[in-house]
Amino acid sequence: MSKFKKKQAETKQAVPTSAMPDVVFMLLIFFMVTTVLREVELQVQINYTQAENIQKIEQKRLVSYVYIGPQRLGNNRLGETKVQIDDTLVDDMGAIRNIMYEKLMDEPRLIVSLKVDQDSEFGIITDVQQELRHAGTLRINYSTLREI
Amino acid sequence: MLDKKRKKEEPEINGSSLADIAFLLLIFFLVVTTINVDAGIGLVLPPIPDETTPPPPVRDRNLLNILVDAQGRVLMDGEITSIPEVRELVKEFVDNPNNSPDLSETPDDAVVSIKTDRRTSYNIYINMLDEVMGAYAELRNSASQSRFGVPYDSLEDDSVEKGEINDLYPKRISIAEPDEG
Repeated sequence: MSKFKKKQAETKQAVPTSAMPDVVFMLLIFFMVTTVLREVELQVQINYTQAENIQKIEQKRLVSYVYIGPQRLGNNRLGETKVQIDDTLVDDMGAIRNIMYEKLMDEPRLIVSLKVDQDSEFGIITDVQQELRHAGTLRINYSTLREI
Repeated sequence: MLDKKRKKEEPEINGSSLADIAFLLLIFFLVVTTINVDAGIGLVLPPIPDETTPPPPVRDRNLLNILVDAQGRVLMDGEITSIPEVRELVKEFVDNPNNSPDLSETPDDAVVSIKTDRRTSYNIYINMLDEVMGAYAELRNSASQSRFGVPYDSLEDDSVEKGEINDLYPKRISIAEPDEG
């Protein structure tokens, strides 16, 4: 028994750490690539609805977002229901057509994700949908949370 | 003399802090990253109808009208329905197992038309749409089970099997034209 112990004590215990920076760099590059830094600053309040039969959008590059909800006014007050595309509120419904048409020209397989507050009335969504139809962006997705 | 001394010194940048810097950046990106998966109910809007060509005629029995009114009631072909009932009724309409003359001829012909009021609550609309999607999901799943013995979700995208099921139960969900004014 004592023989074994001696032998073990003689072997080197150090783990080679020279490859650690490479591993860390690899992880770093992975996260740098996957991170989407540009989050749109929301000017409308959105509480998502829940649904059971939902599908994931695999290709995020194809997605363009339309936010619909009550406007945030500061001091936790909420205003009227507004439509936000990218970073700006769209007051004129007719403008949506042009915005979406240009986006469709850039990406023909565009999917429009409608992020709508659950307490919204459907009229405004109907207006947006009509504009989307005029623009030709027919693939839409009602963004929801998974129902538990 | 001086030259000789220089030769002995090995010019080397100390790289031991490289890992630390990399770790710092890594942690920053780990914190900043939000891996949020976008999910929701997908739908294809009908194109704006051409004024010169009338829309293709749909036989009345092949059309299921769902109306969600301002009070949040769901009316299927004029009858008030509770949301949990929607799924079974849509399944029965699309599949038509008893060959009823009032329901769709074949699943391929079935069209679900959804109409809303301007003051319909979005929440109720989504709940109703969820049930319709659930009905199609169940039909496709059972077809997949009986044909291939595997659930629909486990079929690969763009595979022949999935295409076959999708052809059998195409999702024809139509958003009705909104009323004027």
